[in-house]
Amino acid sequence: MESQTFAVRPSIWTRIRSSLVYYSFTHSRTAMVCATIVLIYVLLSALAPFIAPYDPWDQTQFDIMDSEIPPIGSPEADSRFLLGTDAMGRDMLSTILYGTGISILIGIFATLLQGVLGVSIGLIAGYFGGRLDSLLMRIADIQLSFTTLMVAIVILAVFQATFGLHFYEDFAILAIILVIGVAEWPQYARTVRACVLAAKKQEYVDAARVIGLHPATIIYRHILPNTFSPLLVISTVQVANAIITEAALSFLGLGMPITKPSLGSLIRNGFEFIFSGSWWITALPAIVLVILILAINLLGDWLRDVLNPKLYD
Amino acid sequence: MFAFLVRRLGQSVIVMLVISLLSFSIQDELGDPLRELVGQSVSEEIRNELREELGLNDPFLVQYWRFLKNAVRGDLGTSYFFKRPALEVILDKLPATIDLVISASFWILLFSIPVGMFAAIRPHHWISKLTMGLSILGISIPVFLTAIFLIQIFAVELGWAPSYGRGDTVVLFGFWETSLLTWDGLTHVLLPSISLASVILPLFVRMIRSEMMEVLETEYVKFAWAKGLSKPRIWIVHAFKNTLLPVITVGGVQLGIMVAYTILTETVFQWPGMGFMFLEAINRVDTPLIVAYLIVVGLIFVITNTIVDIIYGFVNPMVKLTGR
Repeated sequence: MESQTFAVRPSIWTRIRSSLVYYSFTHSRTAMVCATIVLIYVLLSALAPFIAPYDPWDQTQFDIMDSEIPPIGSPEADSRFLLGTDAMGRDMLSTILYGTGISILIGIFATLLQGVLGVSIGLIAGYFGGRLDSLLMRIADIQLSFTTLMVAIVILAVFQATFGLHFYEDFAILAIILVIGVAEWPQYARTVRACVLAAKKQEYVDAARVIGLHPATIIYRHILPNTFSPLLVISTVQVANAIITEAALSFLGLGMPITKPSLGSLIRNGFEFIFSGSWWITALPAIVLVILILAINLLGDWLRDVLNPKLYD
Repeated sequence: MFAFLVRRLGQSVIVMLVISLLSFSIQDELGDPLRELVGQSVSEEIRNELREELGLNDPFLVQYWRFLKNAVRGDLGTSYFFKRPALEVILDKLPATIDLVISASFWILLFSIPVGMFAAIRPHHWISKLTMGLSILGISIPVFLTAIFLIQIFAVELGWAPSYGRGDTVVLFGFWETSLLTWDGLTHVLLPSISLASVILPLFVRMIRSEMMEVLETEYVKFAWAKGLSKPRIWIVHAFKNTLLPVITVGGVQLGIMVAYTILTETVFQWPGMGFMFLEAINRVDTPLIVAYLIVVGLIFVITNTIVDIIYGFVNPMVKLTGR
């Protein structure tokens, strides 16, 4: 019998704690503050149904008589509504909590979809090369030159006009995730492709091919792991971008309907009233939105500095 | 060189064909042209007759071919709302949007180059750190919020600049109506152009900074220092000139992004340009106008991208002009 000894693989926690990312994280005040902010946002919006004082999606819970009450601190404030109410009499605090949830949800799922599409296409283009590669990359170029916002505006407008507003309201969140998810795949595809091209030159990939492994195995086991750190960096930025795009779409009236508002639709909703003095309906969701995006972007910047991937662009 | 040009133009034509096909299928999908033409009161029989006469019962490809033939002649259909040729409506609104894009590009070029260069040359100076911080803040604030903020501060509170419309315009060369040559027009374009520039400016500053930092590390720049050349000469002739290459490529794409963002800026400022018109056309389901806008904007994107590629080919000797 041949006896083999395996080096004991350290537990995941130990490996995380000894990693460069962890060290750099604990030594960067910006990173820790931003991560805490994002975590608080995610927790609060996930728990919104339990902690929000009212349910903003339920029309029976608000009264038009309570409309446009300013937040606590001004003389006409009402102690029932900490952050005031909007023009429909909805509690701003509850609406913002629910709206943040929708924005984050769209950000995460749209990015996931982009990732799945982009990584698969990038791996295929990079690994097989040749005509397929140039075709896919040319499509990516063209798609990128049209910009997500433009593509999304057009598709959502057509969608809204074809199916009617009522049907649209029920499926808006799905439509937005699909549109932003599909429109941004080239970001991932380009980066992954560049990583694959670099990895393909490595000897261990040649070795894997020589021992007769299936291309799918090589791609999955030997090449994909190399793309991980640049993907992490893009993903943070992409979540922020998806949230901004969604907000812009909602602001134009092509995103989330006002009955189930995201932060963008809340800002649109308040825009009509800002010049008549009801600043809080716009300003509060705007501040919440900007802090969220800023925190995610700063995290992305920090990650980019730590992992320092050579991004393709 | 010639082969490269032909290839590039061929690609542009294919892209335009795809865009026109997509736009046309939108037209096919959205609304019924007959209802717009004759209203509800006409009987089904006459409707069918009209349908046949207008060729609406023909197969999709036949209709598309007809659409394409008309489009090449400059006929993109008639707007339901304006009751005028769609292309004419768009060409009327185009100067306002181009005014806006030109003014925004002015701010971008005016600030991004010196600021980006400075941040690359003196990365630890407090001004560099401040601009890098401001740039990430700029990226994180959506355009429409910047626009609302600018209106609130400079138009409502301080009353320095008007918040909507174009102001006085002058006609240039007999057809170009511009507001950039009158004082009133300039005050009107001030806030919209700043908010439009606020999306792209931070990206440009960061890009110029990182490209320039990379170039400053190269051997030939070190050699230039060793030769004892003057600082301005190294910074401008040796370093900055070489950072321009990537800036040109990305710049072309950014122009496309700017056209997309004019929809947001024009909506907030009620700027009578193409973007504002497009959003109104969507709300009114004015299909011919939507399709015409898509084709015109598609053409703008394709032309800028082709020009950028060709300039890049000329400027960068490393691009293989004959190959792929």
